[in-house]
Amino acid sequence: MLLLLLGIIVLHIAALVLLFVSTIVSAWSVGREYTSDLWTNCSSSASGYHCETAFTGEWIQAVQAPMILSIIFSFISLFLFFCQLFTLQKGGRFFLTGVFQILASLFVMSGAIIYTVMSPTWVPQSESYGFAYILAWVAFPLALISGLIYIILRKRE
Amino acid sequence: FICYLCLYSVVRLQTFDTTDQSAIVVYTGWERHALVGSDIRLSCSFFSWRWTSPDVSFSWSYRPDGARDSIAIFHYANGEAYVAKKSPFWDRLEFVGNPSRRDGSIVIKNLDFSDNGTFTCDAKNPPDIGGSASSVRLLVFENVPIQAGVITGAIIGAVLGLLVLIVVIYYLMRFLVARRVFSLSVSKHGKKGKGKEGSQQRQASVPPLYTVTLTHSSL
Repeated sequence: MLLLLLGIIVLHIAALVLLFVSTIVSAWSVGREYTSDLWTNCSSSASGYHCETAFTGEWIQAVQAPMILSIIFSFISLFLFFCQLFTLQKGGRFFLTGVFQILASLFVMSGAIIYTVMSPTWVPQSESYGFAYILAWVAFPLALISGLIYIILRKRE
Repeated sequence: FICYLCLYSVVRLQTFDTTDQSAIVVYTGWERHALVGSDIRLSCSFFSWRWTSPDVSFSWSYRPDGARDSIAIFHYANGEAYVAKKSPFWDRLEFVGNPSRRDGSIVIKNLDFSDNGTFTCDAKNPPDIGGSASSVRLLVFENVPIQAGVITGAIIGAVLGLLVLIVVIYYLMRFLVARRVFSLSVSKHGKKGKGKEGSQQRQASVPPLYTVTLTHSSL
């Protein structure tokens, strides 16, 4: 029982950490000496490393918002898990925790999809997707599985 | 000793006065955004310890984006406004400032993409002639881009607001139904609630707390 609890918490925190890294590090698009999105464009040219704020379009903001929301919802889900751990009746399901975690995963998915579809309008063709973008796509199934586990899980003695 | 203190403070004030005598602070904006074809007002005002003298003067100069030198485009002195004939703004510039109120703003009409650049305002208020000028950057757009973070904040605020609303409505419904259940159970004795609403909820939730602590100690 304790092992199961530990495993679930580790999964949840792993998804949360991935969300954090994916949102904070500005490496959704990378080029030769150029990383950009979501927050800054950094380029290391002959005159050194130089960062400026990213292109302030409508779509990049529509990616920033779901990523931040997913972090918030994942945090709320973790908090609710610990609340429900101590207040739920025996046999009860961690329904609320699971709902928030699944909402967080849906937000990551929508953010990543919006970025995939709309980024060609401002990112040059020579650039490829960076590791923060990939982490977002990895965090989505992790959070989804974590949320589903919460919904299926029943509180035992 | 008090006399020395008085003399010292007076001398200090004198030196304070003389060091600030030539420190004028000019204020313009930092950056201005405008649409093609529109007019823009570039404001310039200054702070000075002295009264506004009748010889107050304003000078505007312009440095295009990418150029190294700036050209003078406007000068106001002795109650007269002069627009430089050779500047690209000679027929589009209008002085709308009020020098007696320390305002040296100009309006540039019918902007074009070639007007992108840095405008520097230099104000002098004799005998306050020191201090540095201030620059404002002009950016001309085809359509004004949305500011960073507006949409982000709106989406986040809307979703969190919706969440708060749902929670409030849920608890409100519980409270209202609880009140109705309570008043009903007074008239009908054996009304067994599901345990979710009403005062029975409170009694039902206490035992699990005990069982939880018991099982945790057994673990």
